[in-house]
Amino acid sequence: MGFTMTEKIFAVHAQSGKARAGDIEVLTPDVVLLNDTSGTITVEQLKKMGVQRLFDSEKVVLVADHFSPPKDVTSADAINLLRGFGNKFGIKNFYESGRHGIEHALLPELGKVGPGGLIFGADSHTCTAGALNACGVGFGSTDLAGVIATGELWVKVPGSIRVDLMGQPGRFVTGKDIILSLIAKIGVDGALNAALEFGGSGLANLNIDERMAIANMAVEAGADTCVFEYDEQVAQYIAQSGWSARQPVKPDPDAVYLARHTIDLSALTPLVAAPPSPANGLPVAQVAETIVHQVYIGNCSNGTITDLRQAAEVLKGQTIAPTVRLIVVPATSAIYRQAAREGLLEIMSAAGAGISLPTCGACFGGHMGILAAGETAISTTNRNFKGRMGHVDAKVYLANAWVAAAAAVAGKIVDPLTIAPHAGRKEAV
Amino acid sequence: MSGSTTSSTVTSNATPSGLTMSNTTRSIHLYGANIDTDVILPGKYLNLYTPEDLGPHCMEGLDPSFIQRVRPGDVIIAGSNFGTGSSREHAPIAIKAAGISCIIATSFARIFYRNAINIGLPVFECADLVAAVKNGDTLEADIAQGLFTVNGVVFQAKAFPPYIQAIIDAGGLVPFVSRQLKQT
Repeated sequence: MGFTMTEKIFAVHAQSGKARAGDIEVLTPDVVLLNDTSGTITVEQLKKMGVQRLFDSEKVVLVADHFSPPKDVTSADAINLLRGFGNKFGIKNFYESGRHGIEHALLPELGKVGPGGLIFGADSHTCTAGALNACGVGFGSTDLAGVIATGELWVKVPGSIRVDLMGQPGRFVTGKDIILSLIAKIGVDGALNAALEFGGSGLANLNIDERMAIANMAVEAGADTCVFEYDEQVAQYIAQSGWSARQPVKPDPDAVYLARHTIDLSALTPLVAAPPSPANGLPVAQVAETIVHQVYIGNCSNGTITDLRQAAEVLKGQTIAPTVRLIVVPATSAIYRQAAREGLLEIMSAAGAGISLPTCGACFGGHMGILAAGETAISTTNRNFKGRMGHVDAKVYLANAWVAAAAAVAGKIVDPLTIAPHAGRKEAV
Repeated sequence: MSGSTTSSTVTSNATPSGLTMSNTTRSIHLYGANIDTDVILPGKYLNLYTPEDLGPHCMEGLDPSFIQRVRPGDVIIAGSNFGTGSSREHAPIAIKAAGISCIIATSFARIFYRNAINIGLPVFECADLVAAVKNGDTLEADIAQGLFTVNGVVFQAKAFPPYIQAIIDAGGLVPFVSRQLKQT
């Protein structure tokens, strides 16, 4: 009986040297990730544990991204607590406004994530790392205090659900639509306690950014983690980022899966997930004419250069509806600079967008675009739960950047083709 | 609001060693499936991290009057996938600080479940009990044994695997790791 990619990555990091779905193993990750919301509790717990030294300060990465730049004194105190902890224990990997980004987008750029790697993050979207043939697993703050103290943590090895992507995505179909369609099919608990593993001939038609959008929302189906197959695009990415800590993994042909799904990318259309569940993915036509007051393009799933290019393509030469607040949040400082070089920031700003520095911002209801009661947003983020972006009586629709930008122009949800007849995937136009 | 007063009283009692509270009659707070951590503890409070600060906001995104109704020792009962979504440990910290003695659900989201065990908030999987209970019922609980009585019917929650039981017995992950560090 062969092994899944998840089993192989876990085995390399297991004390026992082996991992089989259902087994409890003690693992040592390559990277431990804390942010300014989860990290505060971790720091407090480490104090209570009486920890004098860390298992490996080189492996700890601190990213102030959620309330960064600090929105108030309480948030500034939290970031200071994280910085002070880093200073005390000699953690060099501390990232804050201007030299940073949203953690899950930043780590790949820094070469902290790559093929065969295992990252434990005190954030549920740590699964984004799966795009690069790695396993990212989200935990709470106290679990990661335990890892930072001892270098080890018990984990139940998840069984895997295999998803084969086939064909060429249509004109306005992105990674976002692929994962929304999968979650609509299997539900928010469809991959509970499992790993999602992606491969198939259609993978070559998706760039790394789009794969990150898919991997990011694996947790929205309840998945523990997510892994994509390794290919030439991943090889090129890590040649630039500098990752070389581990070797790529391939699934064995006789690996055992909990379930298998095939997604024909050519059969998909852009989807919009209606509130209050990421599983409510519907074709654009079914939610068309929904009035929106805010459009938010950013976050750890869809704040990449690919997303900003899509948004700018729609917004070029346009003016957004006077009734709409458009907020664009490049996910990292590097993406921000790239967007500036390509003239995307100019195009979007001229159309009426407010452009933010990288931050988790309004995605989780933190700051930088909070919704009032009765307001509706369309957003490229990953969660549309009740009250997620502000008031409990506000609504959030999830969509890709083409659809979101088109809604900014129209003031309502529309088919992007009606706003930008020349936009969309060139290979599909 | 009595939230902060309540929290300081109960935080020490609600640990698994708080056997003084076993076999007492408790009020329940009944919720459905897929209760996410955003509604348990909204994101705007994530810059807070102490039980005293988080407790008063417990369930604010779903049930704003919860904090007025909850009494020390009460029990939350919910459907499947309780605590789904964000990994925020602030959610179980707020629940514990609000005075909840344990959560009984059909199933839990993985991270929430681990977080609760780690901070000494007892969590039990017991689908039969969840199916049988209705609003207004009270419950007798022997938390240490995972034994619950509703309307005269006794329910036994699923036993914990040994590696989780060891963390519970230690009183949570902090004392568990402290002990481990002293041994090495």
